[in-house]
Amino acid sequence: MENVPEKYKDIKGWGIDVDPANNPTYPIKKYNGDDHNRLNWERPPLQLKTVEILTSVEHPRLPAVFGTPNPPRGLSGALRRFAFKFSESEYGHWLNLLLADRINVVEGVIDDLMHGHIPNIFAEKGIKADWKYNRKELVTKAVIAGAAITVFCLVTSQRKKRKNKRAKS
Amino acid sequence: MLAMNYRGPYRVRASQKAEPEIQHPEDVILRVTRSCICGSDLHIYHGLVPDTRVGTTFGHEFIGEVVEVGSQVKTVKVGDQLLVPFNIACGRCSFCKQELFSNCHEANPEATAAGGIFGYSHTCGGFDGGQAEYVRVPYADVGPMVIPPDIHPDDAVLLTDVFPTGYQAAEMGGIRQGDTVVVFGAGPVGLMAARSAWFFGAARVIIIDRVEYRLEFAKTFAHCEAYNFESIGDPVLFLKKQTGYYGADVCIDAVGCEAAGSALQTITGTKLMLQAGSATALHWAINSVKKGGIVSIVGVYGPTDNLIPIGNVVNKGITIRADQCSVKRLLPKLISHIREGYIRPREIISHYVPLEEVSDAYHMFSAKLDNCIKTVLIPPSAKR
Repeated sequence: MENVPEKYKDIKGWGIDVDPANNPTYPIKKYNGDDHNRLNWERPPLQLKTVEILTSVEHPRLPAVFGTPNPPRGLSGALRRFAFKFSESEYGHWLNLLLADRINVVEGVIDDLMHGHIPNIFAEKGIKADWKYNRKELVTKAVIAGAAITVFCLVTSQRKKRKNKRAKS
Repeated sequence: MLAMNYRGPYRVRASQKAEPEIQHPEDVILRVTRSCICGSDLHIYHGLVPDTRVGTTFGHEFIGEVVEVGSQVKTVKVGDQLLVPFNIACGRCSFCKQELFSNCHEANPEATAAGGIFGYSHTCGGFDGGQAEYVRVPYADVGPMVIPPDIHPDDAVLLTDVFPTGYQAAEMGGIRQGDTVVVFGAGPVGLMAARSAWFFGAARVIIIDRVEYRLEFAKTFAHCEAYNFESIGDPVLFLKKQTGYYGADVCIDAVGCEAAGSALQTITGTKLMLQAGSATALHWAINSVKKGGIVSIVGVYGPTDNLIPIGNVVNKGITIRADQCSVKRLLPKLISHIREGYIRPREIISHYVPLEEVSDAYHMFSAKLDNCIKTVLIPPSAKR
């Protein structure tokens, strides 16, 4: 931009995109009225459906491309199928999907174990980064957790002892 | 191939999985050379986006080399170095024709409320992402672009999302010369939004966050005023005072669903998940903008409901503009801005991490360790 005010001379690019006519801007700038023809464009070639794809009930047809990894399966899959009976406007859709996600986490652990892989959950949570950059907090958390477990064990064992004593007397 | 593998909230690992295959005549397979972790990846990493399935590979900011092309790909060939916008767009539907490439109607079977996005849950089409050695890229002739030889690969990878998204945030604000612009969030997108606000002739740019090292970085990278909301009291009142009790002309929400700053929002939004994330930044944006002002939203929220002061939107006559970024639309202009030396997006990259260490990379970014701003993952095949 020519004649950049002195105040902004140090800011590279100040004012380069000033455009008083840029209104309304994106996302309605390029409105072309084509919407009124609804779903009538010339469609791309259609991807072959090789796995189960869940489709929104608000989508009248499968789009030309879609992702195929991780099709629904197991209990989480059944819940996802149920969720897709609801529109995207309903809690029944999204809350069931969130619940399915949590069930899927347990299924993932079971799947790991069935494939002979014991998941290293600490490593998956990035404990190495904590050890490198956040050691003090990590150690503090570990000490607090250790202390809590110790206290819990002591309290539980003492209760057991008392119970045993009462039973004997 | 090696790929990032989602195992549940806060749990990811790098593991072997099958290489992607051509599934559509307009697909290409890309050997990834760089991929970034985006701030919005943290929302799926934290388990906040519905239909994020275990086994998914995240990653919607990536570049790479074409190794295989589908039978109907016309403009892209094996060996091309591509930058790939995060949106999957057909280029033919009514929405693409209006350059709403993030709203393509031919890329997402699972939802109509969102377009197709690489590696961003089945709610965004169920595509695997680019935090892997290889990735399937649909509609290769439409969105992707051959990286110009004079564009640095690190700038190229930031052109796939973060720079265009930040720029679009400023653009949607309809900033006029002399405006005061407030950006909520000093993460990568907020930094780019603040930097871009000057391009539109802003007179004053203010950024609000609570992470001190990011605020310090914002002062130099984005030349803006930076304030920690934990030390200014009520941010809305502070901003009113800063603007002569008038309000900002434009407010940008570059935070989205994991905003801090309100216990009520945090508990109901991110802990109990009774709303689609914590909408604190949006709440502040609506209440800080002037009457008749514009609120531009690029922060990501979930698909259900959020507690925001919609009554104030009505009573103040606020215009809200929002969308996922239409990356392809902006590429020519933003490449030109880089060439002209107006901005060097790669200055925000703080970490390069091997893909093998993806668990640590995610945790580091999520917990903001080691002054992390932007992380680039390098797959093992890219080192060869």
